[in-house]
Amino acid sequence: MSLELVAYAAFFMTMALSYAIICLGLNVQWGQTGVFNVGVAGFVAVGAYVSALLTTPETAGRLGGFGLPIAVGWLGGALVTSGVSFLIGALTIRLRSDYLAIATFGVAVVVQLAALNLESITGGPFGIGFIPRPFSELAGNSLLFSLLNFAIVALLVIGLYLVLERLARSPWGRVLRAIREDETAALALGKNAVKFRLQAFAIGGGIMGLAGAVQAHFIGFIAPDNYMPILTFQVWAMLIVGGSGNNRGAIFGAILVWGIWAASAAAIAALFPPGEQARAATLQIVMIGIALCLILLWRPRGILGELRQVSRHLTPRRTPDARP
Amino acid sequence: MNPQALMDGLVSGSMIGLGAVGITLTYSILRFANFAHGDFISWGAYFALAVAGTLGAAFSGLTTPIGPFSFGWALPLAALVAVALNGGLALLVDALLFGRLRKHHSTVIIMVMASFGAALTLRSLLEFIFSARPAYYSKALQIALPLGGGIRATPDQLLSLAVAVVLVVAVHLLLTRTAIGRAMRAVSENMALAGLVGIRVRRVIRVVWLLGAGLAAIAGVTAGLLVQIRPQMGLDLLLPLFAAAILGGIGSVPGAMLAGLIIGLSEAIAVQLVGAQWRAGVSFVILVAVLLARPQGLFGRAE
Repeated sequence: MSLELVAYAAFFMTMALSYAIICLGLNVQWGQTGVFNVGVAGFVAVGAYVSALLTTPETAGRLGGFGLPIAVGWLGGALVTSGVSFLIGALTIRLRSDYLAIATFGVAVVVQLAALNLESITGGPFGIGFIPRPFSELAGNSLLFSLLNFAIVALLVIGLYLVLERLARSPWGRVLRAIREDETAALALGKNAVKFRLQAFAIGGGIMGLAGAVQAHFIGFIAPDNYMPILTFQVWAMLIVGGSGNNRGAIFGAILVWGIWAASAAAIAALFPPGEQARAATLQIVMIGIALCLILLWRPRGILGELRQVSRHLTPRRTPDARP
Repeated sequence: MNPQALMDGLVSGSMIGLGAVGITLTYSILRFANFAHGDFISWGAYFALAVAGTLGAAFSGLTTPIGPFSFGWALPLAALVAVALNGGLALLVDALLFGRLRKHHSTVIIMVMASFGAALTLRSLLEFIFSARPAYYSKALQIALPLGGGIRATPDQLLSLAVAVVLVVAVHLLLTRTAIGRAMRAVSENMALAGLVGIRVRRVIRVVWLLGAGLAAIAGVTAGLLVQIRPQMGLDLLLPLFAAAILGGIGSVPGAMLAGLIIGLSEAIAVQLVGAQWRAGVSFVILVAVLLARPQGLFGRAE
């Protein structure tokens, strides 16, 4: 019994931490740079599909299946998504801030469309199966298998966290925050705001692609339905609840919101008859939506607010005032 | 090129245009891209469905089709009620969410994010109340009338085209010829200054929401009449609506309508050339082209 509980806890945390990676990517874009992305699901999907194409065994009637190692798939997913983000950012980042939001929303729609219709590449509505899972040779021992999967995702999150913290306290991170707070002042100091924003947008997109790849390999199967706007919405709720601008907040928010999501799904399964469950599940979305709006109204900094840090050589202090 | 495709494109374009006029108004006057506008369209369609159903059950005479159309008097009456209810819904969302954010002086992008949250909440509520199954105002079949030149159109299609044109002209006249229209344009230029010269900004904002949500309700009813009613219908329209509002130039009512027609026609042509499954990509291509070549749109001003 307790072993099953440990296995479930490992499974739950693996899922939650894969969302934490997406959250960290969004935090680079929104939390640190103030660039708005409404198409998170599309960027995650690009990473997932690229990695699946690179690593699955060769399949008749579909491009590739190149059978490459999983690490190559993850790297490829991150790089391609980063490239896509760069292109879409280059197009819109110098325009009004909400044009980027509309363009990224368009990206999500088009990625969804491509995943559904480019059957010779993406497998169409049925998606891609048989994506190799890490440590699959140990799948017989489900406890060890779950724990190893959890360990690899946890290591990835810790590694990313350390790198991103380092970046946030570097001169580069300081310029990003300066641009976010007062673009005119940053420009006057000779910082090329468009270039820095574009870099952050591409890095954040790459991290989202990596997260998509990790998730795909953890689940073993991807289909266009996995990347609906609800995914974007969940990730936003995670970051805002946890505290945008704070990498620890991004990770904490992902675990918390995923926990609430899983618990409410279990409650719905227990409380409603099977015929009504699909309908009751829409209430989950209503709940998260209202929570997001309430946080925006009452505690825009989230649970763990952003730390004021000028440089890593100075001790950080809490910001006294909320960022509007 | 099949001339029938052009007719269909024109009809669906008029629907997109109607929704885009609402988006462009709220965008230019309230100054944020409202992602919940698509869901106002769905709510309008469902309000009309519920009211028409009730009216039809109470007075069965109201369901007999009027002349050549597929619906009885219950639907136009219900559409008017839906305009009012949808306006009320928009005012409610504004009072609960956007108004408070404005009071906190939130940045544009916080407003956009809040509208994104409101959009998913509104859509999921619809799905909860009415289920995801498609619904119809009328099950009656219509014979398409030949219009000459190999083009056919159903009376419903011709009616919605006419309604869209009349409404756009009316909104344009309202903006350019009336006191409240002048006040709206003043608020869109500079909200603080408009308040200083004695324009009641909060009243203007209420009128903008009523107008935008009312147009959304009509767009929803036409979309429901010509295609079907689903909770997702507004989400599917959102990208074409934004593309039309930006192509037309934010704030330009005739621009939004013209751009809506352009997008409708391009979609119809794309369906002929590359297949119906790529229809939703057309708006994205147009959006990218506009942002590359002329970000201020056809009739907009550069910022």
